[in-house]
Amino acid sequence: MTKKTPNNWTGRDDALVEGMIRRGASRRELLKMLMASGVGMAVGGSLLTRASQAVAATPVFGGSIKAAGWSSSTADTLDPAKASLSTDYVRCCSFYNRLTFLAEGGVTEMELAESISTDDAQTWEIKLKSGVEFHDGSTLTADDVVFSLKRHLDEAVGSKVNSIAKQMTEITKLDDTTVKVVLAAPNADLPTILALHHFMIIKDGTTDFTTANGTGPFICEAFEPGVRSVAVKNPNYFKGNTVYLDSYEYFAIPDNNARVNALLSGDIQVAASVNARSLRMLEGQPSVATSITTSGNYTNLNIRKDLDPGMKEGFIEGMKYLINREAIQKSVFRGLAEIGNDQPVSAANKYHNPNIAPKAYDPEQAKFYFEKAGLMGTEVPIVASDAATSSVDMAMIVQQAGAEIGMNLKVDRVPSDGYWSNYWLKAPVHFGNINPRPTPDILFSLLYTSDAPWNESQYKSEKFDSMLVEARGALDEDKRTSIYWDMQEMVANEAGTIIPAYISNVDAISSNLKGLAPNPLGGQMGYAFAEYVWLDGAA
Amino acid sequence: MPKSLLPWILVSQRLGIALLTLVIVSFAVFFATELLPGDVAEILLGQAATPEAVAGLRTAMGLDEPAMHRFVGWLVGLAGGDMGTSYVNKMAVSDLMGGRLVNSLRLAAVTTLVSVPIALALGIGAAMWKGSMFDRVVSVATISVISVPEFMVATLAVLIFAVWLGWLPALAYGANVDSWGAMLRAYAMPVITLSFVVSAQMIRMTRAAVIETINTPYVEMALLKGASRRRMVLGHALPNALGPIANAVALSLSYLVGGVIIVETIFNYPGVAKLMVDAVATRDLPLIQSCAMIFCVSYLSLITLADLIAILSNPRLRR
Repeated sequence: MTKKTPNNWTGRDDALVEGMIRRGASRRELLKMLMASGVGMAVGGSLLTRASQAVAATPVFGGSIKAAGWSSSTADTLDPAKASLSTDYVRCCSFYNRLTFLAEGGVTEMELAESISTDDAQTWEIKLKSGVEFHDGSTLTADDVVFSLKRHLDEAVGSKVNSIAKQMTEITKLDDTTVKVVLAAPNADLPTILALHHFMIIKDGTTDFTTANGTGPFICEAFEPGVRSVAVKNPNYFKGNTVYLDSYEYFAIPDNNARVNALLSGDIQVAASVNARSLRMLEGQPSVATSITTSGNYTNLNIRKDLDPGMKEGFIEGMKYLINREAIQKSVFRGLAEIGNDQPVSAANKYHNPNIAPKAYDPEQAKFYFEKAGLMGTEVPIVASDAATSSVDMAMIVQQAGAEIGMNLKVDRVPSDGYWSNYWLKAPVHFGNINPRPTPDILFSLLYTSDAPWNESQYKSEKFDSMLVEARGALDEDKRTSIYWDMQEMVANEAGTIIPAYISNVDAISSNLKGLAPNPLGGQMGYAFAEYVWLDGAA
Repeated sequence: MPKSLLPWILVSQRLGIALLTLVIVSFAVFFATELLPGDVAEILLGQAATPEAVAGLRTAMGLDEPAMHRFVGWLVGLAGGDMGTSYVNKMAVSDLMGGRLVNSLRLAAVTTLVSVPIALALGIGAAMWKGSMFDRVVSVATISVISVPEFMVATLAVLIFAVWLGWLPALAYGANVDSWGAMLRAYAMPVITLSFVVSAQMIRMTRAAVIETINTPYVEMALLKGASRRRMVLGHALPNALGPIANAVALSLSYLVGGVIIVETIFNYPGVAKLMVDAVATRDLPLIQSCAMIFCVSYLSLITLADLIAILSNPRLRR
């Protein structure tokens, strides 16, 4: 029998290839890519045939679906600058487009931009695609882009990315389809930064967000904050007739069981982010399928290096050996997580360093280090809360492991409300929860540089700070990668943040909904599922 | 002072007290909200809340005015019928509230129509045949219904009727309600769940109130004079028990407007209870205030109505 798939070939890889085909990659391009990654011609060919069948055999135009997220409130907004909940991201992805977007593997691709070029990573020229229309019929011009980017600098807008946007010191229109952006300091990541959901392009002068006027695959027909939104297919979409659904309704069912039940009863076709506990109920249901995504979301144990007990040499090392990563992955997350290696750049990111081995669970080593720190017999409180996903369960596992070697760890469970302002970053030993970010630069400057606003363990290293600046300005990919790999190693070994696992997101969908591929950007296909899915048997 | 005016003086007193309560409640809610940690600017910016960004947004939203100033401004607006503008999404509070209030009132009305007749009939019946098998079954059933939390009832109902049997939609709002049949199907489970919660209290209070009046000498007199048991209860005892019954019903029903957060959550029904929770979570003061006012008004009007019934049905006050 001929081998049809190479070793280590997973469903995710299938989805990757299918995704590329869907976005218009030719067979020749794909084969080239597969060969480059070490897949033989014959096997590559059969893979492609299978993927093209999966993509080509099924797409059907037409039909409407109802999809439910998990978070919604009166703060729901169509203003991309203010988007904060997953629900907002889904809506923004439907109604607007970004200049660039992040594809599988963290590769930046062009969307509204034709090209983004620079010579020194400081002065950038953004060339726009021509013939892109807003929903009101007007054509996309450089003015719209300038307006969309500049408003993040205005504090009255309340943009979530104000601090990131601040590096754009000059945003000017060169001609109708060209925009010049000058940065305060070189940053080779600009194209990736522009792929953040908040940098969606809106119409010049927009101040009213009761409805959305964008260039996106869907037109906003109804929007009631905290209740629902209805999106209908955009007939003049600049990518052509690529959207399968006629319309979809999006709302949130915050209660996990209610969301799963609504899916099981057929009232909705997508139940985003279901709890691992409810998967048992879904197994064996022919009407339901699941889609699992692991991006960079993690819950971590932070030990401040400037406070007792973290300042005692040996305590942090001891804790790194005491935390049972496998037990956390298996029992806390029920297998729906990837084991982490104490640094924030996950395997979904192209700069992930795979060579840093996670520390093995070794109570004897831990005991040795605790004795070195002189902390055996002292009670050490660990602050945990439901606010940081699964942190209470994780704290219990560490506490148990501590008890076995005679280390007295005490779990302080505190309320969710106010956790982020009262305990996070403040308690000597506490849990945090960090959402995925697209670039190592954003992660490191947010979490690990000496002046980072959220330096969870008060890690300070001048070498690390200067490496970050060096990598930021480097246009040479290999050089950046090697710097980022070294930095990940520094964080894993020196900082006091223990990252035991990257948490997976499980979306449950109706089995006749096709085309929902896992996307490293997050659940619901990086929040953009509506543009790509189709309903089997709709036509 | 003519004696016939007495009930109406009592009534206007009740109304005056209700109005005063409303003003006091709005003060209390305002200052309680001010005590909560964080304000709307911090919450909106969330993880991106740097001190400069928060300060800028606060100025833009007019939050640096003194608290008292903002409160009085809102109160004056309310007196003129303007509930203000939501801090969070710049929409008029009345627009945000309108549709949801109608939803909540509709659910409350349907639940009332279903639960009140059943509860009164069961309560009076149980009192009439006190100690009988019927009475015992009703008592045991009400106690069980009170003891089971509503999220359990709701979740079980969804599991059985929507997931296993597939008879009813799991969502009360997302579902299509284009025909009467579809609407009945959509409302069936929320209404049953809520009826379970509110009826139990009403049944027990009604039974207790009627039994108490049955035990009074004048009802015994009616029995001795040869009135049938039915006439004795319905004609003689019930009118005197009406006051306490009305109060029990009002207390149970007042829960239906603001307190049904669990049912709204499980059936994804957009009502005002969820709106209030959202408003508190985002520290959206005008919205919190307006929701609190709505709850307060509905509670007060139900209680006042119950008082009116008690006053007007009291023969000693009537004549």
